[in-house]
Amino acid sequence: MTMRVLVAKVGLDGHDRGVNVIARLLRDAGMEVIYTGLFQSPESVAHTAVDEDVDLVGLSILSGAHLTLAPLVVQALRAVHCDVPVVVGGIIPDVDVAALSRAGVSATFGPGSSLEDIVATFERLRAEHLASSR
Amino acid sequence: MSEADERARWREAYAKSPAAHSRATTQSGVELEAVYGPADAEYPGLFPYTRGIHPAMYRSRLWTMRMFAGFGTAPETNQRFRDIIAAGGTGISTAYDMPTLLGLDSDDPRALGEVGRCGVAIDTLDDVSDLYDGIDLGAITTSMTINAPAAAIFAMFVANAEDHGVARARLGGTLQNDILKEYQAQHEYSFPPRPSLRLVRDTMVFATHEMPRWHPVSISGYHIREAGSTAAQEVAFTLANGFAYVELARAAGLEVDDFAPKLSFFFNAHIDFFEEVSKYRCARRLYAHWMRERYHALDERSWQLRFHAQTAGVSLTAQQPDNNHARTAIEALAAVLGGAQSLHTNSFDEAWTLPSAGAARAALRTQQVIAYETNVTQVADPLGGSWFVEHLTDRLAEEVTRLLEEISDFGEGSMLEGCLRAIDSGWFEGHIADSAYAHERAVQRGERLIVGVNAFTEDEASPPPPIWTNTTGEALQRQRLDRVRHDRDASAVDAALAHLVEEARDPEVNLMEPLMAASRARATLGEITVALTEVFGRYQPAPR
Repeated sequence: MTMRVLVAKVGLDGHDRGVNVIARLLRDAGMEVIYTGLFQSPESVAHTAVDEDVDLVGLSILSGAHLTLAPLVVQALRAVHCDVPVVVGGIIPDVDVAALSRAGVSATFGPGSSLEDIVATFERLRAEHLASSR
Repeated sequence: MSEADERARWREAYAKSPAAHSRATTQSGVELEAVYGPADAEYPGLFPYTRGIHPAMYRSRLWTMRMFAGFGTAPETNQRFRDIIAAGGTGISTAYDMPTLLGLDSDDPRALGEVGRCGVAIDTLDDVSDLYDGIDLGAITTSMTINAPAAAIFAMFVANAEDHGVARARLGGTLQNDILKEYQAQHEYSFPPRPSLRLVRDTMVFATHEMPRWHPVSISGYHIREAGSTAAQEVAFTLANGFAYVELARAAGLEVDDFAPKLSFFFNAHIDFFEEVSKYRCARRLYAHWMRERYHALDERSWQLRFHAQTAGVSLTAQQPDNNHARTAIEALAAVLGGAQSLHTNSFDEAWTLPSAGAARAALRTQQVIAYETNVTQVADPLGGSWFVEHLTDRLAEEVTRLLEEISDFGEGSMLEGCLRAIDSGWFEGHIADSAYAHERAVQRGERLIVGVNAFTEDEASPPPPIWTNTTGEALQRQRLDRVRHDRDASAVDAALAHLVEEARDPEVNLMEPLMAASRARATLGEITVALTEVFGRYQPAPR
């Protein structure tokens, strides 16, 4: 089945070069990609994730506010009983990767990540999620 | 006058320049002329200024080494400004945090995690006062990278200077205030385009009448390029926006020669060396022609495209960050060989973090090496006459002209309407996104090589530079804001905001004085934005 991905920008960060490019590359790779635009709240991301029945949520954060924002999105998703994996793309120092992992983020992708890696990780996370929710 | 007189005309202009009696030699003693070329060539300081806006370029005056800085609270950024000035920086430039860029107060729930992170937090006039504390605003020029709330921040700046005894007419500097590119690329907007342009108009009219040393708009291609455009798109979209502001100011009753000499531009300095040099040459040539022929400017200063350049943030890599020193140096050299009036060099650590003080100093030193060691400053437009660079300049000019005509056609002859309609239809964003996508696909396929990313990679990840985050700024700024809210006269704030709303309802009124009055009453930036939103509404991009 085709994988459905929600890519989202939360907070005040207006940098959308990365999210636009990744949305198109994921579509090239055969995924269905939903992108709802800039300045989303964690709650609106959670609602879209449920409404669109996505397999995975990808956040794009370039402002450095990932430690504040990503955990809020995970909490908002769990609050509406949506347990799909959440991944974050951006410039994320190693020390923050661990903190994000503890906050429930399944994977992070730094600059220069290859599309193959991203796609493979998404597929693996979906498989793990399906297995765990059976 | 025949073409063959060009060199003679240049000699005449050069003789009147501050560099008239300058002498220069190479390291081995070869005497250098101020410019080279045959009698019928284009020359710097002469229309259409392809080769530079001054007859002797950097022999008369070096570019301004204007380093961009801002983080945490105003006193912290003030300290960085003082460091930059002490290290030989010749201008200052303020980076604001994202809440400020969007006109939000630091205690707004939406600002959580962003206060003081990517720039300095400004909420009230008191922050502006602390930001420039001890800096002589009548002597140094200041630049403010702010757009959606530019009029309010500018009002705070002028009010603060006057409160410290510096008359507005003495203030020199630049307000970015280029709202059109926010809808096209940078996306830090508040109000819809048309009321936003009314604020741009008000600042332009105010500065033209009251602040002869001020540049009220810096038309910025930098962000368009960072968002992924090509060099030709960067120039075309930026010039289109510039012409839109020219039409806006003329519609407000200003004569083109009264304000055009104060328009300035801001371009990217990217890694494709010769294309960048050619890009600046092409931009100057086209601007001069359009200003003279389409907008009938008569003052030669109205024909001259002045620009600030910044090295390309997107070209910096998080991998092997030490390589970024080389990238920035090459890009800075392109800006200098392209005739920039002002330059910011990025720090090597910026793919990871806001620049550390040491990294920012090294970036400034890069400019100083170019300025004082390489001797490239002695000859104007040293690449002029290169078959390659002249071809690239012509080729870019063709492509830019095609795009400009297309935008003008959208507006049926009005560049202002053309830009607004192309914003509404998503035309700019579509072009930029297509170019960004093509670039990334080429990188993914290995068709475009980036050292340390898809070529010459290392198994062992190179350690990132020290990550420098301001962790105390957010709480501190909220305390500062609390104190202002507590100490101010609430009824005076309400009255000033009510007056602002009333004046905003009349589109003919200039809002600068009401904004200054509101900021003096200690209305916050967020309160001013909310008040104006009442009249102007909020911008919601059409879903695509």
